[in-house]
Amino acid sequence: MSKGYIAIVNYGLCNLRSVENAFEHLGVRVLVSNHPSSLADAAGVVLPGVGSFEDGMSGLKQAGFIEALLAYAKSGRPLLGICLGMQMLMTRSYEFGEFQGLNLIDGSVKPFADDFHTCSRKVRVPHIGWNSILDSDNWNNTILEGAPEGQKMYFVHSFYVEPKDPRHVLANTDYEGKRFCSVVRNGKLYGCQFHPEKSGEEGLTILRNFVNICS
Amino acid sequence: MHHNVRIIPRLDVKNDTVVKGIHLEGLRVVGRPSELAHKYYKDGADEILYMDAVASLYERNSLEDIVRQTSADIFIPITVGGGIRSIGDIRHLLHAGADKVAINTAAVRRPEFIKEASRMFGSQCIVLSVEAKKIRDNCWEAYVETGRESTGIDVMEWVSKAEKLGVGEILITSIDNEGMKSGFEMDLIERIVSLVSVPVIACGGAGSPKHVAKIAQSGDVSAVASASLFHYNICSIRDVKQCLDEDGISVRICP
Repeated sequence: MSKGYIAIVNYGLCNLRSVENAFEHLGVRVLVSNHPSSLADAAGVVLPGVGSFEDGMSGLKQAGFIEALLAYAKSGRPLLGICLGMQMLMTRSYEFGEFQGLNLIDGSVKPFADDFHTCSRKVRVPHIGWNSILDSDNWNNTILEGAPEGQKMYFVHSFYVEPKDPRHVLANTDYEGKRFCSVVRNGKLYGCQFHPEKSGEEGLTILRNFVNICS
Repeated sequence: MHHNVRIIPRLDVKNDTVVKGIHLEGLRVVGRPSELAHKYYKDGADEILYMDAVASLYERNSLEDIVRQTSADIFIPITVGGGIRSIGDIRHLLHAGADKVAINTAAVRRPEFIKEASRMFGSQCIVLSVEAKKIRDNCWEAYVETGRESTGIDVMEWVSKAEKLGVGEILITSIDNEGMKSGFEMDLIERIVSLVSVPVIACGGAGSPKHVAKIAQSGDVSAVASASLFHYNICSIRDVKQCLDEDGISVRICP
């Protein structure tokens, strides 16, 4: 990746700084991409995001990123969605209605609230804090290379993804008895529900692995 | 089940220094913000909480530069509070590298602000900061302006209302116990925890790792914030986590 750069998609939501900082800390050239054309030459693309699914998708649309992201994904180069960015890779979301996603990975985004509303004890949502990533069988040669089973990562979310094809689930996490997909993978497309840029040195290792995949 | 209790060093910042007082008053200088934050990061802090201790004097939050500096080499969540009054203030802090903002005064003055902010940035971004002072048995009043101004608002009513308006987390500071190092105000925190369904961060009163273990065990709190414990080197973050771990409370142990 000596000549290339990693593009961070900027579609009007805040908080790209942390993702940018993390890659810079790793000594990687990053470009905060305000325009879809800059994805064309990127060695890797990161789709970050906090906030609601609807706002995220309409932000991508307004900034003209949807076509560019689909074209980029088709080229087979690596893409990493983080948190909402991961959720937008899916077909659709049920966050305050039903909304279409990028449909790069077949599946949907669902609220924890639906799983827990019949629960007799209280379950706190959002799920905020450090939790373990599990099911390490297929982590070699992926962004999770080297992470031990049960590694703790920082989560903050109220919705989770459910890929249709179980082969797209790279890691799971258990929150109060609900096991959900915390890392998706479809070829070189990746998505993390947790924030690797906020998960200490162990999170940085995941980003470094992603950079290695980009080279 | 106790789920991964977070340990959060709280850094009250006055101008360019971290200060520490008692009952949120009588401030003493304890160090430089980004240096202390970095030390705590290396020691296994799960999150950093910055509070602008003089924001109300200037009617604004002045921590943007400090947040920018800190977020460049610390890769855990950063929450910032003090003097946040508008959507624009929140946006600036997030752009500087903050992950969450803690709001007290502006939310009390105009509760709709919470709703607008959580719509705009997501609930997970908006922490309600509550400063509680006991007025009689089982009754606490919410204070603003760093514990200086009473509001006449009942704390329990306030946190329930704020939860409905969309806050994603509640930071509860006991003014009476703050800086006393005599333990948390258990009944206050337990009440809030059982009242709301969003995560609760307990703050004010920790004087030993055992105090932290006690509130973590009985209160089902999601996180514990402390200034005294760490700034005065009473113990390290590692010590606290070890103590919790020995008591069977799940924590993130750094290698």
